Amino acid sequence: MNIIACVKQVPDTEAQIKVKADGSGIEEGQIKWVMNPYDEFGVEEALKLKEKNGGDVTIVCVGPARAMETIRTALAMGADKGVHICDPAFDNADAFVTANALAAVIKTLPHDIIFCGQRAIDDDSGQVGSMLAEALGLPQLTLVTKLEFAGSSVKVIRPIEGAQLSIETALPAVVTCQKGLNEPRYASLPGIMKAKKKPVDVKNAAAVGIATDAKAKVAKTVPPPARPPGKIICGDEPAQKAAELGKLLREEAKAI
Amino acid sequence: MAKGVMIVAEQRDGALRKISFELASTARKLADQSGDEVSAILLGAGIEGLAAELGKYGVDKVFVGDNAALEPYVTEAHAAVTAQIVKDNDPAIVLFGASVQGKDLSGRVAAKLAGGLATDCTDVKLDGGNLVAIRPMYAGKCFGEVVFNSAPAMASLRPNVFPAAENAKAGAVTKVDVAVDAPKSKVLEVQKDTSGKVDLTEANVIVSGGRGMKGPEGYAILEELADVLKGTVGASRAAVDAGWRPQKDQVGQTGKVVSPNLYIACGISGAIQHLAGMSSSKCIVAINKDAEAPIFTKADYGVVDDLFKVVPELTAVCKKLVA
Ligand SMILES: Cc1cc2nc3c(=O)[nH]c(=O)nc-3n(C[C@H](O)[C@H](O)[C@H](O)COP(=O)(O)OP(=O)(O)OC[C@H]3O[C@@H](n4cnc5c(N)ncnc54)[C@H](O)[C@@H]3O)c2cc1C
Ligand SMILES: Nc1ncnc2c1ncn2[C@@H]1O[C@H](COP(=O)(O)O)[C@@H](O)[C@H]1O
Repeated sequence: MNIIACVKQVPDTEAQIKVKADGSGIEEGQIKWVMNPYDEFGVEEALKLKEKNGGDVTIVCVGPARAMETIRTALAMGADKGVHICDPAFDNADAFVTANALAAVIKTLPHDIIFCGQRAIDDDSGQVGSMLAEALGLPQLTLVTKLEFAGSSVKVIRPIEGAQLSIETALPAVVTCQKGLNEPRYASLPGIMKAKKKPVDVKNAAAVGIATDAKAKVAKTVPPPARPPGKIICGDEPAQKAAELGKLLREEAKAI
Repeated sequence: MAKGVMIVAEQRDGALRKISFELASTARKLADQSGDEVSAILLGAGIEGLAAELGKYGVDKVFVGDNAALEPYVTEAHAAVTAQIVKDNDPAIVLFGASVQGKDLSGRVAAKLAGGLATDCTDVKLDGGNLVAIRPMYAGKCFGEVVFNSAPAMASLRPNVFPAAENAKAGAVTKVDVAVDAPKSKVLEVQKDTSGKVDLTEANVIVSGGRGMKGPEGYAILEELADVLKGTVGASRAAVDAGWRPQKDQVGQTGKVVSPNLYIACGISGAIQHLAGMSSSKCIVAINKDAEAPIFTKADYGVVDDLFKVVPELTAVCKKLVA
């Protein structure tokens, strides 16, 4: 099978995010960059499919030069090769531009199934998977927690509010992954050594050949609204504290 | 020229979902600023009767696609019909819910329309008649103000954040001819959660427990408190990974993002990835025996004590208050 996994490089979940004084974005200086956690589920699922059914896993990533490290991480986990779409023209890409860039490359590669994360934890947008599916004219299965491969189709579980859906789709298809799908593996030391020799094709915007103007643009980045300082509830006994808390929730916060 | 605000309503099993009213009310507010109309798209089978309910919440006109091919929800069919209705009516703004269905649909429709989309917004406003969408980014560590270079401007709204207010309008129904190609996906089975609890993303009250609950049995006292407050029980990742609670209960960066009126965190330290999922809650309570726990920096009310002593007392107090 020909399996594609899309990965994005994002700040580590622990990263402190500081907004630039002019509101034009965030300070990138101190940030440690990692693979988007939801993309780890996609890479893991891709590798599991390959191990069971044979085939080949290709990593596709849009990102600046530093994102090569994340592609290497995926290769060290066991993927076979990578495509790195790298050009300053993509620095301000929105989900639509990113999805079109990914689609332009994926169209040139054989593909039976394409994995994305359900969302990237930097922009938190959760759009690229669906937009990619549309650009490729393929069905999409989003927020998947279980996947069974059955030759020319897949069967997945998708939790929705208050229920779980079981859905079957003909391949090729785009699948977006969330926690629960699998336990992503760590790269082994031999894996890391091997990854250095695996091929990564670097493409600039001209080679991708799509329009790069964003349709939705973050005009201004601001710190989160400040929360008023909280109250610590005093009292000698748990019962006293509970009574005071109940009263405040009722009378002050009007929350119960 | 593109004009008016259109919402993509959501129904399940023949009932409108709460998010639909939140969308309608928000659209009404925006449209009133420019004297425009609010329209709605409502898709499904046997759902024409629901249109009047949307009228109650400020919708002037409802485009109803009533067809067996649209029930249950399948992305390809809903996306094709939704995009067609938007194209035919040329609204300036389209609002979706950032529910599971809305998230699945909005990206696909935006791609069909080659338009910009801002997802999971916590505020929307007009600036010179143009939509500005405000949304948390980096797990709420900062906010982005999104502007649009394309029409329509599209945004999905985080459930439970925007108030729903009654505001009677015509809600006149226009039936839409639905032609859909046979989708490649098929829903084989719908397995309903039998707990009778609202989903965390829609709950008004959440009582959440972490590693401090000591084990799965510990959650009994949280269930009792949640029952009294008509709430839903959530969990930290530590509790889910330990197998104490199911994955669907996880709140946080790799779990659900929730916005209840009241979030009560019990035995949860407040790791940055947990805060990522609940910091847009309106009122936050922390019960933790460690006064230094970071959860207290986000809490409106903090109780430093043993949760196993405080929670049952709180349940008793709340029982009296809500009686
Ligand atoms: C990539 C990534 C993604 C993550 N995603 C998530 C996520 O989505 N959601 C999430 O929650 N976490 C997530 N985490 C994990 C997160 O970093 C923390 O490990 C986790 O939130 C800790 O859970 P906890 O607060 O329940 O446990 P702990 O940090 O162990 O805290 C337990 C707390 O209980 C208190 N306590 C113990 N006994 C009592 C008692 N009797 N009475 C009162 N208080 C008591 C303790 O004082 C302590 O503060 C993620 C981590 C990573 C790296
Ligand atoms: N720049 C990118 N390069 C590769 N894949 C991406 C990129 N941006 C987003 N994706 C994929 O799309 C998913 C959803 O991203 P988003 O819509 O940005 O939240 C991610 O989890 C990735 O799998």
